[in-house]
Amino acid sequence: SFPGITAIQRQRETHIYSGWSLMGRRLACLSATTPPDSDPTGRRQVHSMLKLYYGMNEEGKVESLDPCDINGPHFDPEVYLNKLRKECSLGELMDHESCTVKQIRSLDSDMQTLVYENYNKFISATDTIRKMKNDFKKMEDEMDCLSANMAAITEFSAHISGTLQDQHAQITKLSGVHTLLRKLQFLFELPARLNKCLELQAYAQAVSAHRRARCVLQQYSHMPSFRGIQDDCHVIMEQLAQQLRQKFRDGGSSAKDLSECVELLLQLDEPAEELCDKFLSHAQSRLEADLQGLEAELIDSLVTDTDILEFIDRGCNEFVSNLCLVIASYQELFINHPQEGELASKKIPEMANGKLHVFVDTLAARYFSLVERRIQEEKGVGDNSLLVRALDRFHRRLQAISKLLPGSAVPSQGTEIVVRAARERIKQYLSALQTFYHDSLTDVRQALAAPRGATSKDATPSLPELLTSLSNFILNQLKSVLASVHLFTAKDITFSNKPYFKGEFCSQGVREGLVVSFIKFICQSSRQYCESAGDRGGSTPPALLLLLSRLCLDYETSTISYILTLTDEQFLVQHHTPVTPVTALCAEAREAAQKLLNHYVKVQGLIISQMLRKSVETRDWVNTIEPRNVRAVMKRVVEDTTSIDVQVGLLYEEGVRKAHSSDSSKRTFSVYSSSRQQIRYAPSYTPSAPMDTSLLSNIHKLFSERIDIFSPVEFNKVSVLTGIIKISLKTFLECVRLRTFGRYGLQQIQVDCHYLQMYLWRFVSDENLVHFLLDEIVGSAAHRCLDPSPMEQSVIEVICERG
Amino acid sequence: MERCFPFQTSVTVYKAYTRVESDANTIARALTAQTAETDAIRFLVGTQSLKFDNQITNEPKRLSSENRVLTCAAVWRMPPEWESGSHESPDDSSNNPQTLELLCHLDNTAHGSVACVLWEPLGDGKRVISLAENHVLLWDLQESSTKATISSTATLEGKGQLKFTAGKWSPHHNSTQLVTANDTAIRGWDLRSMSQIYCIENAHGQLVRDLDFNPNKQYYLASCGDDCKVKFWDVRHINEPVKCLEEHSHWVWSVRYNHSHDQLLLTGSSDSRVILSNMVSISSEPFGHLVDDDDLSDNEENQQEDKGKEPLQDSIIATYEEHEDSVYAVEWSAADPWLFASLSYDGRLVINRVPRALKYRILL
Repeated sequence: SFPGITAIQRQRETHIYSGWSLMGRRLACLSATTPPDSDPTGRRQVHSMLKLYYGMNEEGKVESLDPCDINGPHFDPEVYLNKLRKECSLGELMDHESCTVKQIRSLDSDMQTLVYENYNKFISATDTIRKMKNDFKKMEDEMDCLSANMAAITEFSAHISGTLQDQHAQITKLSGVHTLLRKLQFLFELPARLNKCLELQAYAQAVSAHRRARCVLQQYSHMPSFRGIQDDCHVIMEQLAQQLRQKFRDGGSSAKDLSECVELLLQLDEPAEELCDKFLSHAQSRLEADLQGLEAELIDSLVTDTDILEFIDRGCNEFVSNLCLVIASYQELFINHPQEGELASKKIPEMANGKLHVFVDTLAARYFSLVERRIQEEKGVGDNSLLVRALDRFHRRLQAISKLLPGSAVPSQGTEIVVRAARERIKQYLSALQTFYHDSLTDVRQALAAPRGATSKDATPSLPELLTSLSNFILNQLKSVLASVHLFTAKDITFSNKPYFKGEFCSQGVREGLVVSFIKFICQSSRQYCESAGDRGGSTPPALLLLLSRLCLDYETSTISYILTLTDEQFLVQHHTPVTPVTALCAEAREAAQKLLNHYVKVQGLIISQMLRKSVETRDWVNTIEPRNVRAVMKRVVEDTTSIDVQVGLLYEEGVRKAHSSDSSKRTFSVYSSSRQQIRYAPSYTPSAPMDTSLLSNIHKLFSERIDIFSPVEFNKVSVLTGIIKISLKTFLECVRLRTFGRYGLQQIQVDCHYLQMYLWRFVSDENLVHFLLDEIVGSAAHRCLDPSPMEQSVIEVICERG
Repeated sequence: MERCFPFQTSVTVYKAYTRVESDANTIARALTAQTAETDAIRFLVGTQSLKFDNQITNEPKRLSSENRVLTCAAVWRMPPEWESGSHESPDDSSNNPQTLELLCHLDNTAHGSVACVLWEPLGDGKRVISLAENHVLLWDLQESSTKATISSTATLEGKGQLKFTAGKWSPHHNSTQLVTANDTAIRGWDLRSMSQIYCIENAHGQLVRDLDFNPNKQYYLASCGDDCKVKFWDVRHINEPVKCLEEHSHWVWSVRYNHSHDQLLLTGSSDSRVILSNMVSISSEPFGHLVDDDDLSDNEENQQEDKGKEPLQDSIIATYEEHEDSVYAVEWSAADPWLFASLSYDGRLVINRVPRALKYRILL
């Protein structure tokens, strides 16, 4: 019955056998003289079987076909012996024999040991098997006993359950009844419990209790007793709902209470839409209170100037944060609230969301209008940082709304407000700059109007000082304005990375709207000085014209490009839209400068002209006395011209004169002039040479260039002075032509002209111009003279040199 | 002594100029067209000299002359043979002095020197206005103009010495209006009541030198002055000029509307220039289109084909720089609307024509 053990046994036997067979073989080998094995095939079979058993079937490897190999399988003792006998000497054979004997002997001992060991093992194995046989027999008996016992137990168990079955059914039934009774008890106690909850204001408990009972009550409502309970519950719940609504309406409760309220009401099948409306209207009333507070502050701020940052702060802290709270709790209640059961089917979130948007939009619109009103109040341009910070805060807080309410237009409207405010600000800055410019000009005017001699000389600044201070003032003001405006684009301001502030604000707003407009304004207002003064008399002091002209010229040469480069650098203007190029502005400034200087020449020329005109028109030239002096007005003209020369020299460079200006020219002119004069009006009383004069006069006119009286001047002193003197002398000429002179009248004109010629030539670029005009004056006077007898040139010179 | 250029037919001479020649170096300031003459082109030049008698050329019936020294004015009669239409040929340079017959003096010694004398623009020529110092004197000529009596006067009152510098008798409103200039102001007068009706203070920055009425638009007025500007006024809105030209580089002494084409405007200035401007925008023919049959008949053969021409813009047509001294007077010919004369101080009278191209553009 133990086949395994038999197999082991058999195996072991085989093993042992193989050991013996090996040994036999060796013995056969040793017996050199003995003939080979009688049954070699039988031996070989066993050998191969053993090999197979030990897995040594790689024949090619082990197989050595040499019959002389003593360890090889093909060992042939006969061949080996023959070989030895043939090859070896006797001694060698003897040695070999002894060696072989030695080997055989050791092999024998080895074999004996092996056999002994194997035998021992076999003995012990047999013992073990016998022992095992005994043990198994005992175990079999025990197992039989066990199975008998188990059968007995099964029998008993079946018996017990058979007896207990009835009672079990009864107990189950009883326990069911118990549960039902407890439920019934709950139902019957429900009204009382609800009442109690109501008293204790434990609304949540009441509602959950009622919810639990509601279905049952509904189901069994046909039974009068249940109906009674149901009605009671209804009444109570009605009451409860009433109270909840009341509480909801009161508004005194905190947001948490409120949300609880809403939750309960929702559970009580209150229509969600109505609740939304109520919730929102309730929130609205509170937010409107905030808004009213803000409005009150807005009105107050006109009186007690609280700054805009405070206002915005308050707006943010009260209105915006409350609004955020409302949005958050609303969303918590109506939108994100996990809807269970039949509530989910009502699409509350969509409806609620729509309502919320409308609600937020209306309130935000009111808030924005308030903020805008407040921003409009912000007219003082002193400190921009407050406004920027306020706008930043305003804008930043609105981002919260955008996070809460992703689709809302409120943040973008807020950005628009900021953009509008920035635009408005730029306008304000521009007007402030303009006012500043006007004010500084007024200051300059006052400084110019201040009596020169009255105060100590260093008290009144000179023209160049005024110019530098004026241009520095303007530049500094512009820089500070730029710095203020720059705050709008500061990195830490939330709205500065909006596309408007990156692009349009910098290029269109600051560069074009502020800087370019201001420069244009300067040019334009300068031009206005020319126009207004031209029509309504010289209301502008000439020095101011000169100053402004120089200012505009300076702008043309350097300041404009400096300012624009500064702006471009500060604001990193990227010109997406075409902007006014620097050259256009420079051209405009130059034009303004030219116009101002022309006007200056005109005004100064006019002042001197008026003196000359009055002096000619108011005098009775027919009945005048013999000239003894240069008339005072001529001295005045020379004085004024000199002072103009000094004034212009302060701001403008000297300029170029025609080459032949030198001291000697004065003398040559005298001779030339007098001789010409002699010739020109001599014929009018000596009719001997009429053709001469007209010819001479014509030839002279032919070669002299036409004089443009009010021609544009260049930006240098000589050109300016030339213009002024041209205007003055031309006026003198025209006035002289309208008068009639007596003999002494003519002589007086001669004296005056000589005096003018003595002093005026040095101011002009081409002295011939002065000569020509003075010549014409004397000539015209001679024509208009009743008794044209001119004065001796020497006498004229004496009179003039005397003073 | 003065020659005149009676261009009887359409002359090919485009420009001509002459000097007012006399024994002495004659200085001339006054110029007028012979207004009653419609066939001959005739200008009258008043000279300004002290030693000799001032000479006046060709005047149809009467001429006002002014002598600043004598501060008087007189009415003269033209020689009768001129009236009959006989003409001197242009190349007849021989002195042919036609003496004018002195009819009467406007005796106004009580009122100071005369600034200007104005004939009644319409009517039978019985009335003359003279402006003397600050008085407006309206004269009636009687007994075939041999006697002049003052019929009414008006005086300009104000601070300082007020002096009229120029005046113009309006051809509109049945010749009942006069406009005068003193200093920088332009004043309008009603001759029936001899009272001021409007006043444009500070019409020019400086002295107003001359005035002219638009012959076709009754409320339009041109003025010029020492501020080198020519201004156009609508006397109904006197606060601002309608337009302002600033082309001259010195005082503008004279401004004249063309009698028939009021967009053509002539100005003379002491910068020795005469400027002919085309003021289309404020003319009575704003589109450059007027069918004037009389003028058209002369030029029918010259009709140009470009009908779709652009409307003319306000522009300077030409600047004439023939003069070498101040131009004090410019005047359109009474007979030929395309001809005008200008007179400079040195006695040079320059007669010019409106450029042909422009003429055709206006006519066609």
